[in-house]
Amino acid sequence: MSSNSPDRRLSVAKTYKLYIGGKFPRTESGRTFEARSHSGDLLANLCRASRKDLREAVVVARKAFPGWAKRSGYNRGQILYRIAEIMEGRIDQLVNEISSQGVAQKKALKEVETSIERFVYYAGWADKYAQIHGSVNPVSTSHFNFSVPEPMGIVGIISPNEPSLLGLATLLAPALAGGNVVISLVSETRPLAPATFAEILHSSDVPAGVVNILTGFRKELLSDFSTHMDVNAILAADLSLKERKLTEENSALNLKRVVHLPAKAISATDNPGISPILSLQETKTTWHPVGT
Amino acid sequence: MAKKNSNKLDFDTGWHYDPAPESPELAKLNDSYDLFIDGKFVKPASGKYFDTTSPSSHKTLAKVAEADKRDVDKAVTAARKAYEGTWSRLRPSERGKYLFRIARVIQERSRELAVTESLDGGKPIRESRDIDLPLVAAHFFYHAGWADKLSYAFPGRKVSPLGVAGQIIPWNFPLLMAAWKIAPALAAGNTVVIKPAETTPLTSLKLAEIFQEVDLPPGVVNILTGAGSTGESIVRHPDVDKIAFTGSTEVGKLIRKTLAGTDKRLTLELGGKAANIVFEDAALDQAVEGIVNGIFFNQGHVCCAGSRLLVQESISKKLVRKLKDRMETLIVGDPLDKNTDIGAINSKEQLKKIQGYLKVGQREGAEIFQTSCPLPKRGNWCPPTLFLNASQSHRISQEEIFGPVLAIQTFRTVDEAIEKANNTPFGLSGGVWTDKGAKAFHVSERIKAGVVWINTFNKFDPASPFGGYKESGFGREGGRHGLEAYLNISEMGGTR
Repeated sequence: MSSNSPDRRLSVAKTYKLYIGGKFPRTESGRTFEARSHSGDLLANLCRASRKDLREAVVVARKAFPGWAKRSGYNRGQILYRIAEIMEGRIDQLVNEISSQGVAQKKALKEVETSIERFVYYAGWADKYAQIHGSVNPVSTSHFNFSVPEPMGIVGIISPNEPSLLGLATLLAPALAGGNVVISLVSETRPLAPATFAEILHSSDVPAGVVNILTGFRKELLSDFSTHMDVNAILAADLSLKERKLTEENSALNLKRVVHLPAKAISATDNPGISPILSLQETKTTWHPVGT
Repeated sequence: MAKKNSNKLDFDTGWHYDPAPESPELAKLNDSYDLFIDGKFVKPASGKYFDTTSPSSHKTLAKVAEADKRDVDKAVTAARKAYEGTWSRLRPSERGKYLFRIARVIQERSRELAVTESLDGGKPIRESRDIDLPLVAAHFFYHAGWADKLSYAFPGRKVSPLGVAGQIIPWNFPLLMAAWKIAPALAAGNTVVIKPAETTPLTSLKLAEIFQEVDLPPGVVNILTGAGSTGESIVRHPDVDKIAFTGSTEVGKLIRKTLAGTDKRLTLELGGKAANIVFEDAALDQAVEGIVNGIFFNQGHVCCAGSRLLVQESISKKLVRKLKDRMETLIVGDPLDKNTDIGAINSKEQLKKIQGYLKVGQREGAEIFQTSCPLPKRGNWCPPTLFLNASQSHRISQEEIFGPVLAIQTFRTVDEAIEKANNTPFGLSGGVWTDKGAKAFHVSERIKAGVVWINTFNKFDPASPFGGYKESGFGREGGRHGLEAYLNISEMGGTR
């Protein structure tokens, strides 16, 4: 069938947009950037998110935080598992998007499968990490004293450029399992699968505003993430030394926590364990007198 | 009017407290102290010394060496050598036994240390004797036992020491902060370079004597006295693996910036502006004791002090009257006198800062109340102070004063109390006073702070993790959680 055959069906190209507050807006800035295939063909125009988009996302994330943090671990676990279920049904699409940007089909499949495993793994942690990390503390005075983990709040995830979907999944799953809300700047070089992943979140009972996905340029947005006074933590894995230094310097403004996971934690088939969850938790210790 | 106050607390009409001072001689001070590096007291490279004075008498107590970059370098080299040569090779149980020994000698020399602490820092002897010193010994004793049990601390994960820890501590609990820093670092297998605060170096130097007394291997702990620039040299030293800092949020932020892009680990325990929230169903007399302990303990030089009082409107008049009456019984004076409740402000500089806030608070429109307790002529003193009708945006409600000054606000609903409590950049501690259990936990869960005291305040224990949210810093000290600050922790792997 030649390309100008009258029987040819014109495919419906997807418009990739941002995901903020449970909605799919275009960037307020009206700017875009191009995603191209390995051979240089234009695949899509993506939103080039602005500082204002980020600030908008922080506002909705802050509103979503108390509700998400208050959900039971059991409930958060079920929602994480639901994400895995929906991903499973969209494996082909995710693989196609990843491989369209130059990753071999087999490797792309492995990436999607491992991403799904991450959500299953952290779904199971959501109602357990508090028991592992928490404690009743044997103080010498007559007090009941206990420590529990509490989520930090808004986590800015600077998602690795490659692997784009697995990088996002590996950072996002432990943040969500622990009750944090997230604004993620996703891969600049392979943004298609992460942008599609927003649709998976949207149909997985993740409350609006709990995860917000931005596409755009790291060079432009990294300092906006790290200087924002209402972002509580930055989680990343593939920052260059220069990027890490900038992020940590800016973090001093409000002492937001900066967590930089080793790159090998992202791509490893082994799941990264409890550490990424706990790296985004504060410990609260409560005292109460015991007596009559 | 007089009738209304007929049941006012009255402890001292009709008699006077006779002075009951500890003797300053018990401190057994030398005329001058050198730096403690590689197990020996050595002269500073610059040959410079500075005076440490008593804030209650302004008398010079001793000359103390001022460490510069060269001394820091020497100390770090000694700590590295000790880490690689002895401390990390020692059987963990033996490491623990050194800590047990240290705890014992602290108990034995506790009176000398308490008197030194009160002389040098100005805190009442009752507090240094009954709170600081027992906690110092307990901290070493508690961590001693961890040394050979670290593999139990983080299930499913492997632990190893970091190396050389650089530690900088403040002047409000000089020896206790040294214990908080040194004990977990050593138990976890690290070696230490520590700098006590410029105004309170003496108990740390006595701790150095104790390290000699118990034969702690040379270089395992090095103690450098000096000011900010000494601390900065420690922070910037390339062979230090970890920085632990307790002090102001301002300096903590500078350290965070300085370490950006390096692999040095960092924990910060910084300022606070804790709210004590008193609900109408609270046991009021107990709440008054808690408020007094919360803000006047250690002259209010406490990062987790309850420096704000949020009181439910329906009981505010009654509570404030009881609080004022109780405050009038507080004795401000000689730190070495066992009757003293509130000692000397730690330095002239700090007194000036507090007095500045007293002016600011009045200028902003809050109503000041100070007790009528006579103050000694010489020394740095500030009477217990309240500000009534403070508003949320007042600087006295937002900024850490670090003195015996309480800002009082009222609230009507639970949500309003929580909102006000959380509305500062800090998040170190908080207090809740109510007789309703469900309400107590509802509120304590919502306070964004690392330590919450329900129907009590300012309690500390080596087994209890301590540290802040938000701009009060990160990391915990004490308990199993505190060990994390001094360990590399990695996953065992194999979790598929």
